[in-house]
Amino acid sequence: MYVAVKGGEAAIRNAHRLLADRRRGDRSVPALTLEQIAGQLSLAVDRVMAEGSLYDTGLAALAVKQARGDMIEAIFLLRAYRTTLPRFGYTRPVDTAAMRVERRVSATYKDLPGGQLLGPTFDYTHRLLDPELAEDQDPAVPEARAADDEAMPRVSDILAHEGLIEEDGSLPEDREPGDITREPPEFPMQRDLRLQALSRGDEGFLLALGYSTQRGFGRNHPFAGEIRIGAVEVEIDVPELDFPVTLGRIRVTECQMVNQFKGSMKVPPQFTRGYGLVFGQSERKAMAMALCDRALRAAELGEDITAPAQDEEFVISHCDNVQATGFVEHLKLPHYVDFQAELGLVRQMRREYEERRRAGDEATTSREAAE
Amino acid sequence: MVSRQERQAVTERRREAMAVLAEAPGKTLIHLWQEARLPDDAVVLRGPETGLVTLRGRMGGGGAVFNFGEATVTRATVKLPSGTVGHAYALGRETQKVRIAAVIDALRQRPEFEAVIEEKILTPLRHRQAEADEARRAETAATRVDFFTMVRGED
Repeated sequence: MYVAVKGGEAAIRNAHRLLADRRRGDRSVPALTLEQIAGQLSLAVDRVMAEGSLYDTGLAALAVKQARGDMIEAIFLLRAYRTTLPRFGYTRPVDTAAMRVERRVSATYKDLPGGQLLGPTFDYTHRLLDPELAEDQDPAVPEARAADDEAMPRVSDILAHEGLIEEDGSLPEDREPGDITREPPEFPMQRDLRLQALSRGDEGFLLALGYSTQRGFGRNHPFAGEIRIGAVEVEIDVPELDFPVTLGRIRVTECQMVNQFKGSMKVPPQFTRGYGLVFGQSERKAMAMALCDRALRAAELGEDITAPAQDEEFVISHCDNVQATGFVEHLKLPHYVDFQAELGLVRQMRREYEERRRAGDEATTSREAAE
Repeated sequence: MVSRQERQAVTERRREAMAVLAEAPGKTLIHLWQEARLPDDAVVLRGPETGLVTLRGRMGGGGAVFNFGEATVTRATVKLPSGTVGHAYALGRETQKVRIAAVIDALRQRPEFEAVIEEKILTPLRHRQAEADEARRAETAATRVDFFTMVRGED
């Protein structure tokens, strides 16, 4: 039950004014620009775009600034903003094989065509804090090397020749791809809808679930077949033109997880796959997504569903951090009337309990007296 | 009579030019446009307006299609006094860039402007983009792992 109570206006106004001041911080220190956030905290911006499900670095940087660096708040801001825009349509599927690759590694093939390209990675750093970064020092210019024009096929296409790995996932030909932003979730859910939910799902939640499969809760024997990061071109068909229009490029991370599979009643032994595709340079998220995608295919592959990561209703219903934070955080809003009602109820139950106990005591006393 | 092949070539050139304009940084495009001193008397028929497109990928990279997020897109449609219509679409929210791109798309369909636009706007943009791509590719290539094997003993 909700009852309007007046009186908080001045407090709210002043709280928001105080928030603006605290967000600004020490005014003798220069304010952050959006270019600085987008350029120097770019992975934070990428995460906000991915989980906000809106590719726009400028808006994501603004959201990070407005949220004082609170990622989920920033994601919430971006989600709220996207609801204000009209929709122009659906793009053609991006072609990750034609990606302008900035990083590409495979844990399954050492000498794959196109090579292993480490790119700007945290891997192999010693994770020691660098005091030099506390100063404003210019780093060295990156090394450059003449690049050959070798094609960079996806690892899955290389393995496919032997027939020991399943093909890229398919759905019925006539199926129009589902859209979780348009239709309410229904379970069981098709893989296209699950992938959409996972792509914008909370990195921490999916990471923990992916980790749980490695620890034995729905084990699926994963290998990072390939991770690639880079720019892909986006095209769209529009009614006024009789050719696909290029909209520009976006940076994405793709993860092909390859999973050993001993086979089931439905499927012979082979490598199965999990897929991750996420906005920006979001490697951990793409890997976690691929692990969860594979775990959620348990029913399709005839595996026993025994672990949380395999339970699609559990995973999909709880992976959205905007929904999760909305429901958890609403608990701090005024529930005075609810609580008054509950208080009355508990008082009454306590009274009845005391009465029952007294009655019980008297009964015992009189029985003992009789004996 | 224009042959089918010629028509296709014209369409392909227009598609490519629109792609170059869409991928151009706003500041650069506006600067080149101002330097080119082309007539800016087109009427705006639509926009420039910003909206959303839903981006699609494929399972496993090449499989069934799924939606994986949205992106901001700005579009505009303009009409020259001669009646030629130009369109522009680009990721992001740069309305001025997209309006200019639509005017350029309209102008370059006119034989009297095609060469100027090619020389003063599209060629510099292609160069710039190719250079940036090449630099990034070379920086990435420098992080390529060159595996070598250590052989021990005689056999």
